[in-house]
Amino acid sequence: MNIDAIANGIVIDHITAGQGMRLYELLGLEKLDCSVAIIKNAYSAKMGKKDIIKIDADIPLDFDVIGYVDPGVSVNLIRGGELVEKRSIEMPLELRNVIFCRNPRCISSVEQELPHIFKLADRKNKVYRCLYCETKA
Amino acid sequence: MRHLIDILDFSVEELQELIDTANDIIAFPEKYSERCHGKKLATLFFEPSTRTRLSFEAAMYELGGQVLGFSEAQSSSAAKGESVADTAKVISCYADIIAMRHPKEGAPLVAAMNASIPVINAGDGGHNHPTQTLADLLTIYREKGGFEHLTVGFCGDLKFGRTVHSLIEALSRYEGIKVVLISPEELKLPSYIKKDVLREKNIPYLQTTDLEAVMPELDILYMTRVQRERFFNEEDYLRLKDSYILTPDKLQNAKPDLSILHPLPRVNEISVAIDQDPRACYFKQVLYGKYMRMALILKLLKEAGRL
Repeated sequence: MNIDAIANGIVIDHITAGQGMRLYELLGLEKLDCSVAIIKNAYSAKMGKKDIIKIDADIPLDFDVIGYVDPGVSVNLIRGGELVEKRSIEMPLELRNVIFCRNPRCISSVEQELPHIFKLADRKNKVYRCLYCETKA
Repeated sequence: MRHLIDILDFSVEELQELIDTANDIIAFPEKYSERCHGKKLATLFFEPSTRTRLSFEAAMYELGGQVLGFSEAQSSSAAKGESVADTAKVISCYADIIAMRHPKEGAPLVAAMNASIPVINAGDGGHNHPTQTLADLLTIYREKGGFEHLTVGFCGDLKFGRTVHSLIEALSRYEGIKVVLISPEELKLPSYIKKDVLREKNIPYLQTTDLEAVMPELDILYMTRVQRERFFNEEDYLRLKDSYILTPDKLQNAKPDLSILHPLPRVNEISVAIDQDPRACYFKQVLYGKYMRMALILKLLKEAGRL
């Protein structure tokens, strides 16, 4: 399967197979006018299978979202058809308005103006907890 | 700005500082009777809690300060739809320190993030109630002389009992603590507390449904009420509410220096016949709660540069 190379844009590579759509949704890529390709289950010598997202535009990306969904990915910035930067991603210490607290007893469930903030509580097990009520994400 | 939202906001050393101050207040109350002269405590109680509110108010009056506030959401601007953040900003213009109780978890933290004066969490739903833990700690300290090498039994509702969760977290920082968890199957301690607190800190613990079997081992017995307001289903509440009732015969095998604590109010889980037993500490615990709140108000006002 062939997807055209991009001249100026972003390639999110080494996404764990199956996480591509989730990342697409959480990054809000459906709102873009440019070409966006999601490649599912692509062959990877290292991972066996992987997902890839190609974005044919230079847009600001929320690296916290990427780090939350799949900290193992690499983000490649392409300019003039050349790879100019390869960024590895870490799990963010804090997530702001990326995910939402589902605890009906949390103050964030009734005060609409409050940002939904989650803190990294356990890096090893990838556990985030709501800042306000400490409910697990 | 320092606040008290979660008991773990304070280090072991800071908790000891509060205990030392509370003990000094007990020994020399007159030294403290005017310490907060001209200062105002705002008690913002978005849900009724007469006991905790009166304890805060008594604490401030005994420090020579004054109190303003409300005791239910209907009589506050929250009834008009004001946010917790705005309430905190407004009250910061009127008072020197806030004690807040709110039915929603995390509301006092939101207040602390927006207030320009110290905020004390006086209970947020089923989440935290750190000043109850302060009362529990002073009681244990005065009864046992310290916190190290104690076997502490928690009995009753360990699932929804926030005072249990906070006290376990607080005690987990001391040497040689052993925990015995006594509850019906449905009200067992949540697994994340067992994992994050007990196992993480290598604290030996035992889970059982049999109170009498473990009674001889206990230095502290922390009884709790099965709280009707934490159940969505009345049938479950009725089925579980009488699971453990402490009566004099159940204390026959208990240590002579056992200390029986309860955050109160009790319904029927401790027989009134036990009130006369010298091992019953729950009314002293109420009194110690007031002294710890006095010590806390002093510490937070001092750190905020308001004393």
